[in-house]
Amino acid sequence: MKPIFEYTKGMTEMSTHYCPGCTHGIAHRIIMEVLDEMGELGNTIGVAPIGCSVMAHQYMNVDMCEAAHGRAPAVASGIRRVHPDKTVFTYQGDGDLASIGTAEIVHAAVRGEKFTAFFINNGIYGMTGGQMAPTTLIGQRSTTSQDGRSKELNGMPIKMSEMLASIDGAVYVERVALDSPAHVRQAKKAVRKAFEIQKKGLGFTLIEFLSTCPTNWGMTPVKALEWVRNNVMAYYPIGVIKEPKEAEEA
Amino acid sequence: MSTYKMFFAGSGGQGVLLMGQMIAQAAMLEGKEATFLPSYGPEMRGGTANCTVVVSDKPIACPLIYEADIAVVMNLPSMDKFEPMVKPGGYMFYNESIIDRKANRSDIQAVAVDLAARAAALGNDKVANMVMLGEVVRRTGVVKPETICNEVFAEKFTGRKAALIPLNRQAFLGE
Amino acid sequence: MTTDKVLMKGNEAFAEAAIRGGARLYFGYPITPQSEVPEYMSRELPKVGGCFIQAESELGAINMAYGAGAAGGSVFISSSSPGIALMQEGMSFLCSAEVPLLAMNVSRGGPGIGGIQPGQADYYQVTRGGGNGDYHIPVFAPASIQEAVDLLYEGTELAQTWRNPIMVFTDGMVGQMMEPVKLPDYKPVLKPSEIAAARNWACTGYTDRGGDKERRVVKSLRMQPEKLEEHVEKLFEKYARAEKELARWESENLKGAEVVFVSFGTTARICREAIEILASRGVKAGLIRPISLWPFPNKAFDEIDFGTTKAVISAELSMGQMITDVQLALNGRLPVFLAHRTGGMVPTSPEVAARAQAVLEGLK
Repeated sequence: MKPIFEYTKGMTEMSTHYCPGCTHGIAHRIIMEVLDEMGELGNTIGVAPIGCSVMAHQYMNVDMCEAAHGRAPAVASGIRRVHPDKTVFTYQGDGDLASIGTAEIVHAAVRGEKFTAFFINNGIYGMTGGQMAPTTLIGQRSTTSQDGRSKELNGMPIKMSEMLASIDGAVYVERVALDSPAHVRQAKKAVRKAFEIQKKGLGFTLIEFLSTCPTNWGMTPVKALEWVRNNVMAYYPIGVIKEPKEAEEA
Repeated sequence: MSTYKMFFAGSGGQGVLLMGQMIAQAAMLEGKEATFLPSYGPEMRGGTANCTVVVSDKPIACPLIYEADIAVVMNLPSMDKFEPMVKPGGYMFYNESIIDRKANRSDIQAVAVDLAARAAALGNDKVANMVMLGEVVRRTGVVKPETICNEVFAEKFTGRKAALIPLNRQAFLGE
Repeated sequence: MTTDKVLMKGNEAFAEAAIRGGARLYFGYPITPQSEVPEYMSRELPKVGGCFIQAESELGAINMAYGAGAAGGSVFISSSSPGIALMQEGMSFLCSAEVPLLAMNVSRGGPGIGGIQPGQADYYQVTRGGGNGDYHIPVFAPASIQEAVDLLYEGTELAQTWRNPIMVFTDGMVGQMMEPVKLPDYKPVLKPSEIAAARNWACTGYTDRGGDKERRVVKSLRMQPEKLEEHVEKLFEKYARAEKELARWESENLKGAEVVFVSFGTTARICREAIEILASRGVKAGLIRPISLWPFPNKAFDEIDFGTTKAVISAELSMGQMITDVQLALNGRLPVFLAHRTGGMVPTSPEVAARAQAVLEGLK
């Protein structure tokens, strides 16, 4: 009998601590599935951040190193220098990558570091209990923007992917969503493409996942996915922001 | 004397640090102990420059000095500052081309050197510091003149700069 | 004449010693008075197959060091006081995750941006740790360029043995001065493919480990308090061993001394000269020079001649930080006084000698 579904070897066999309806699980799974399919699990070193995914190293079945808040790109740069032939990735939330760790991510891109950053954008600080993130939408409520984010006080939500794509060393930047099976499949393709470009040594690669936080958004899982589709994607459109020219890739 | 404590002072670009380094290097090559301590500050060019050199036959306790056996001063502010710090009987070499006063003290051996004229006679004003270094070394015996002329010059002036050795030797030896 | 020594600027000699001791990765950010170290590394490391990155900040540098160390690389970093302050978050992580690192603080005057002249006011920062949590970093304070070279040469191996950062604490004066030094021979280094076997905790990817698929995770997070307590207790068993094995000091003229200076680094050299001045005035003075600041060499104080010594003077380039450790080590056996300058000012040996005489006079 042909199996139609198998647990990926890329994930350890344990249940995650993520809330019901959170899309971290999907993001973890497609990244690790791709590494498994590419035969790269034994050649990969991942970097876990501070945030909800601080324990990603318990679930991702590869060698992992934990980083201080925002510093994952610097840690990955260091790992890369010791093992130039390995696959290296960071997995970072929006507080980690888009707030406290902006210098590290920008300069990793400037140096064209050959690792892939997976950027989980759910517009909120999940682990600390629902505070405003640099990616929280205008009007969106959080425990530190209780009347909704205001442009006057907080500025507009930061567009990290667009900003990083303007840097020469960043060769592939794509924003994907995890709100529907079609978008998940699209996201998995993007992940594979990022790792392939990394393997070719072309430069820095980043995939931004529009993700959910039903608990802190105060929504059901289904409503949370609809919020991504109707509100988040309107401000953060999905698709390729930058990719290498065919010639460079070949 | 088994220990020489020296100040070299002037303005940036007068080559005072190089003089100090050359003494320290020569001392090392002669098997002596040596320390070279430059003043360091935010300026990249110009400003004041000074360094402290200690040469000794025994291990040097402290590279910092508060009085000197030899002071080499290349401009007036340096002379004002370091003349009082020369030990009685010690030497002060000063650049009389641009310092328009004599030594204030009579209990030290003040040596005036007309660096501008001496360097002009050699056709290159950049060797003024080597003229001064030669005076210091030949009069005080802190290191051997040949150590500077042969070994230190060979180590410092390499590549294209090697062509400058004869001129520097001439300046140093006062020929 | 020939000599086996070279006249080198402190900062350049430090960098060369770290390379010869096996360090092959350096991450740094410019800061006076140690910028010659990153300059030297950028030029020399590629020649020996190593790697230099100019980081975006000291935060970037320490975290690159953490990543490279976690991956089994031999890393050296350096900075000066305010830069070391920025690195404290990383130091705490490295200690908890037991990642080796050779680090150096070429210190200057503070607080704040302070100045660029020599200082020792980072004593608390380096010995107590500016980062969070229970941890220790062995700290060594050389008094000459040669001693710094020897410590840095040994440092990479020490860091790997103890799986902990090792700090060399020197000051701008030693960094900027020149002295003749004898450089040791190059130590052998690991190839990337040899790391997995030699450093059996480092993240390398399991293909380097011949099919052993047991994952390696370098981390400091322990959410369950009982697990964290167990981990910290384990770290402190290591630190207890370090206190026994890494305490280092030098003492001079303690027999029959009336007064004993305790001093490290640059200041110890000034004290040596003050001892000569005092001897010429008929006052016998001795010196305890801690080489390790953590662990503090408490045993050194048992060597004091308690029959003759009336006072102990902690001589420091700070408002008095090491003096706390001196008092703890003496545990009330002798009165302790301070001789100090701060802010980048350095006392002369006659000033220190005069302070000792005043202290002795005051005790009469």
